[in-house]
Amino acid sequence: MVVLFYIFAALAVIAALSVVAQRTPVYSALSLIVVLCSLAVVYLLLGAEFIAVIQVIVYAGAIMVLFVFVIMLLNAGREVPSHRSRMARWLGAPLVAAFLVEILLAVWQQFPAGSTRPASSLDAAPAAIGHLLFRNYVLPFEVTSILVLVAILGAVVLAKKEF
Amino acid sequence: MVPLAHVLALSATLFVIGAAGFVFRKNIITVFMCIELMLNAVNLAFIGFSRYLGNLDGQLFVFFVIVVAAAEATVGLAIIIALYRNRNTLNIEDLDSMKM
Repeated sequence: MVVLFYIFAALAVIAALSVVAQRTPVYSALSLIVVLCSLAVVYLLLGAEFIAVIQVIVYAGAIMVLFVFVIMLLNAGREVPSHRSRMARWLGAPLVAAFLVEILLAVWQQFPAGSTRPASSLDAAPAAIGHLLFRNYVLPFEVTSILVLVAILGAVVLAKKEF
Repeated sequence: MVPLAHVLALSATLFVIGAAGFVFRKNIITVFMCIELMLNAVNLAFIGFSRYLGNLDGQLFVFFVIVVAAAEATVGLAIIIALYRNRNTLNIEDLDSMKM
C-alpha cells in the first residue's frame, strides 16, 4: 500500500514535469491527464474514495475533454520559443528551486518525517460526505450551484460569434 | 501509513512545477493547464490533512475546489476562444493589452 503511494507520487511528478516541458499543448494535456489519474490513486490510498472517483469523472473526464476540445478547435500547434527575457533564463530555475526548498523546509519543520497520527477511524463513505454536505455545508453548496449557473451563462455569452 | 510530511512534499512539488510552468510557458492554454496543476496540488494537501486530522471537512473543500475549477475552466476556455477569434494568436506575449 505504502509502496503504491510512492510509485504513483513519482509518476505524478514526472508527468507534471512533462506538462511543463512539452512544447505542444496536446502533449501537455495528455500528461496532465496522467497527473490527474495518478493523483486519483493517491487519494484512494489516503482513504478518500469519493474524491478519487470525482477526480476521475469530473477532472480527467469532463474538464480535460474540454481542454483537448479547445486545443483541437483552435488548432494549437508547437509553441515558438521567444528569447525576449534574458533574466528569466538565468534567474528562473534557481528561483523555482529556492521556492521549492523553502516550502519543503517549512513542511519538515512543522511535521518531522516520522509524525503519523494513529489512523483515526475516518468514515469517508459517500453517505458520510453527503450527510456533512447537506447538513453543515448547505449554504456553500447552494452558492456553488449559482456559481456554476453564472459560469454556464458567461461561457455562452463569451463564445458567441459576434463580439 | 504514509506520513503527512511526504504527502505535503508531493503537494509542494506539484505546486512549484505548476507555478514554474505558469511563469515560463508562452501558450495561453498551457498556462491554463498549469493553473489546474496548482489547484490539484492544493487538493492533495487538503486530502492529506483530512486523513491526518481524521476530519471529513477537508474532503468537502476538495469537492468545492473541483466544482470551482470546472466553472473556471469553462469561462477561461470561452475567453481563450474569444481572444483567438479577435487576435488570431495564443501567444501571451502578443496578448498584452486589455482592449479587444
